[in-house]
Amino acid sequence: MPEEKEKKMIDIYVMGRRYKVPEGLTIMTALEYAGYKYVRGCGCRGGFCGACSTVYRNKEDYKLKMDLACQTAVEDGMFLVQLPFVPSVRTMYEVDEVNPEKDDNILLEHYPEIARCVSCNTCTKACPQDIEVMDYVQASLRGDIDRAASLSFDCIQCGLCSIRCPADIKHYHLAQEARRLKGKYIDTLSKQLKERVKELDDYVYDEKFKELVKMTKEEIKKVYDKREFQKGE
Amino acid sequence: MIFMDGYLYYPGCTLKTKASDYEESAMAIMEALGKPLVEMDNWYCCGAVQSLTTDDLIHQIAPIRTMCCAQEQGEKVLVTLCDMCYNVLKQANQRMKDQPDDLDTMNDFLDEDPDYLGEVEVYHLFEILRDMKKEISKKVVKPLNNLKITPYYGCMLLRPTGIAIDDTEDPKIMEELLGQIGVDVIDNPKRTECCGSYHTVNRSDIVEKRVEDLVARAVEDGADAIALSCPLCQFNLDYHQRTTDYEIPIFYLTELIALAFGLEVGMKKHWVDPKKMLKEKNILK
Repeated sequence: MPEEKEKKMIDIYVMGRRYKVPEGLTIMTALEYAGYKYVRGCGCRGGFCGACSTVYRNKEDYKLKMDLACQTAVEDGMFLVQLPFVPSVRTMYEVDEVNPEKDDNILLEHYPEIARCVSCNTCTKACPQDIEVMDYVQASLRGDIDRAASLSFDCIQCGLCSIRCPADIKHYHLAQEARRLKGKYIDTLSKQLKERVKELDDYVYDEKFKELVKMTKEEIKKVYDKREFQKGE
Repeated sequence: MIFMDGYLYYPGCTLKTKASDYEESAMAIMEALGKPLVEMDNWYCCGAVQSLTTDDLIHQIAPIRTMCCAQEQGEKVLVTLCDMCYNVLKQANQRMKDQPDDLDTMNDFLDEDPDYLGEVEVYHLFEILRDMKKEISKKVVKPLNNLKITPYYGCMLLRPTGIAIDDTEDPKIMEELLGQIGVDVIDNPKRTECCGSYHTVNRSDIVEKRVEDLVARAVEDGADAIALSCPLCQFNLDYHQRTTDYEIPIFYLTELIALAFGLEVGMKKHWVDPKKMLKEKNILK
């Protein structure tokens, strides 16, 4: 058996204090290696929940960088801190009561600060999801809900854009409203969805569910492999 | 140029919302003239008002990003309709051409994108139309002979002088275009005065005085309507007439050209309904 190569140790600075951690860890695991325990600022550990926003600077680089701690590897000389929470306010609205058909620009009405955007693009640079954040703010400004929703589709609501914005825009809440309005007023309603909801209302699958609950893991795997839906997706 | 048979077009936010009548009519007449306006793949809000502070480079970023978008599409000519957008884009772009240090600073900041080379030229649609007079008169199927129209320029097309589309004190471009479609053009000595602009937001009394003054003169001189191009002037002159004794339509010039081309487009978002007057004049049925 080949001898396991000893991992190279690197220096990171957590809130100013130096720790030696093995190279190749994510920021999240490196912090745990250093002895920190997460109370906030940690969630799915898979890059989907947006809870582990991290702010850091690399050695000899003047730029402040942002990423998800569970998705980013530590580098030698990294200065970092975890953000437990992003303070931000959301405009309340009833999705059934607004009307994008009649109203030229609901998004601008709900988030008037988007008119303060000077196109500096700092939001886009902060985004760990590589979303064109500035472009969806600009689309919102001109009332293009469809484009704002499509561009922001991958948003995981980490809030880093809104922490960096010099115009104090609440990008991720704005984008969420755009996606809700698109779902409600722009996209066509799926015919299958209606049928499926009716099936559920009629308890069509109740017996099947009871059977599934009684099955062993192996039996469930077999049933799953024989399924007729979503094959190869 | 990629668009041998058309122009790369920068809409601006207002053209996509409150001033959609202007966009619709301009697109229709350019299509009819065989030089369609093709909207840019990507563009940014111009900023609406040219910044007057000394250290103002941050306010030039948005318009220059739009220049970068035009450059990326391989275009040297960028056409816009809104007077505010025209004014801001043209001034910001001119500054990049005149002041290479500012262009360098700008490109340093826009480090995520290729450098802007300063080669795009910004035009207002009226400048394009001025060079197409023959084509315009050929397309006229319904000359608006019994219509008395007075042109209104406002500020943004003519000031400052360096970016004016015509003589700052004595512009003729709108008069000439109106002449091409058979309109009886009424001289307007107040055509380069201000409409009150953004005072409409918190000092509507100022705008109301301006509108009263401008519309009164037009009516006294016998005009049936006013033609203009700026969406903010359009809003002020149209909406604020409710505080005056007058009720005349405020057209985008492109709506009138479209009418003369036999196209009934735009004219949906006006406060004073232009169709009422057009029906009285037997121009619309």
